[in-house]
Amino acid sequence: MYVQIVEQIQRLISVGDWPRGEEIPSIRQLAVALSVSVITIKRAYLELEREGVIITQHGKPSRVAQEPDLRPMDHQAELARHLAEAARIGELMGVPPEELAARLIAAVDETKKDRT
Amino acid sequence: MTDLAARLEGVSKTYAHFSLQDIGLDLPQGSVTGFIGANGAGKSTTIRILMGLVHQDRGSVTVMGHAMPAAQAAAKRDIGFVSEDMRLYKAATVGWHMDFVRSVFPGWDQAYADQLLRRFDLKAEHPVKGLSHGQRVKAALLLALARRPRLLVLDEPTTGLDPVARHEVLAALMEALMDESRTILFSSQNTLDVEQISDQICFIDRGRIIESGDKESFLDRWRRVRLDVPPDVTLPAQMGAIPSPVASRSGRLTAVITKSFDQGMTDAYQAAGARVLSVEPMTLEEIFVANVLSNREAAHQ
Repeated sequence: MYVQIVEQIQRLISVGDWPRGEEIPSIRQLAVALSVSVITIKRAYLELEREGVIITQHGKPSRVAQEPDLRPMDHQAELARHLAEAARIGELMGVPPEELAARLIAAVDETKKDRT
Repeated sequence: MTDLAARLEGVSKTYAHFSLQDIGLDLPQGSVTGFIGANGAGKSTTIRILMGLVHQDRGSVTVMGHAMPAAQAAAKRDIGFVSEDMRLYKAATVGWHMDFVRSVFPGWDQAYADQLLRRFDLKAEHPVKGLSHGQRVKAALLLALARRPRLLVLDEPTTGLDPVARHEVLAALMEALMDESRTILFSSQNTLDVEQISDQICFIDRGRIIESGDKESFLDRWRRVRLDVPPDVTLPAQMGAIPSPVASRSGRLTAVITKSFDQGMTDAYQAAGARVLSVEPMTLEEIFVANVLSNREAAHQ
C-alpha cells in the first residue's frame, strides 16, 4: 500500500507541487489528509528517504531534497520487465511478433484516449 | 516501548456454544487497530470484554491504566464506544442527544460537535426516527467523537454505510488521530476499510486470535507465487507456504501462497526445475481468507 503513496509523492515532487528543499507535511498530517494509516505514510517516508527524495532530521520537519533522485531508472527496469513478460506470453500463445507490436501500439492509443 | 492504551492478556470466556480463548491484544497509543473476523468469530465479545460490559472468566484487561471490569466506571470517562446495536431515542432529536451527552461528559467539545454535524450532513433538529441507517451511525459517532475520548472503540462502524458516508466516517476517525495520544480500535468485516486506516491488524476466527501485527509488514510478508511446474518436478517444501485452496494443482500451472515470502523461496523453486511466473502481492481480504482457511485446516488435522 505504501508503494502507491511513494509514487504519489514522487509525482508531487516532479511537478513541483512539493518544491525542492521545502518542508513537507508531518507523517500524521499527511495520514489525516489522505485518510490513510500512519504506518503506511511512515513506511513511504522511510522509502523516500532511502531513495534520497526527502531528507528527515530528528526533531525537525522533513524536507524535499535539493536534488531529489526520482529514479527514472526504475521505470526503465519496470518497462523492460513488462515487455519481456509480454514477449513471453505472446510466444506461449503463438502470437506473431508483428501482431504483438500492433497490439502494443493499440494499447498506447487506448491509454491516450483514457486520458482525454 | 510505546505506551499502551489497552492490553488484553490471556482472556478467555466460555459460553454454552461459543468460547473465546486466550485472547491477547495490545493497543499502542496513537494507533489504529483493525479487528477483522467473520460473523460470530468473537469480535464483539472481545470488544465487550474490553469495555467491561462482559466479564471475562480468565485473563487480565487493562484500559487506560484501569483494570477491567473492576474499574470500568473510571475507564469509561476516557472511552468512546459506538456499536451497531447502540440505540438512540427515536422520539428525540440529534440536538437533544448532543445536549444530553454534554451534560454527562465534561470533556464535550461543542465547536467540534457543530463542525462534525455539518461534515456529516446532519441537522440538530432532526428527530432520530427519521434518520437513515447511515445518518444514525454518523450521529452515534458524532456523540462519541465530540467527547474527545482517549480511546475510541468502534464495533463495525462502517457496516452498511454507502461509499460517501464511509468516506466521511473514515476521514473523521483519522482526523481524531491528529492528536497522537488518541487510540482507535475498530472491528470490521470490510477489509478495505481496515487496510486503509489501520496501523495494526488483528485477525480473529472461532474465538482465537490467529494472527496480528503491523499492517505494512503483513502486506509485505504475504505473497502469491505463480509457478509453471513441469510434470517430473516436485516442489520443495517451503517454510510458511500454504497450498492455495483455489488454485490447487491440476496441471502444470499452480500457485503457492506464503506468509513469509523471501527471495530464497523463488530460488528454491527455480533450482528444483519450476519456473516462477509471477510473485504477486495480496490484498488484506485475500490474506485474511487464506489465513482463516489454513488455520481451520490445521485445526482439523
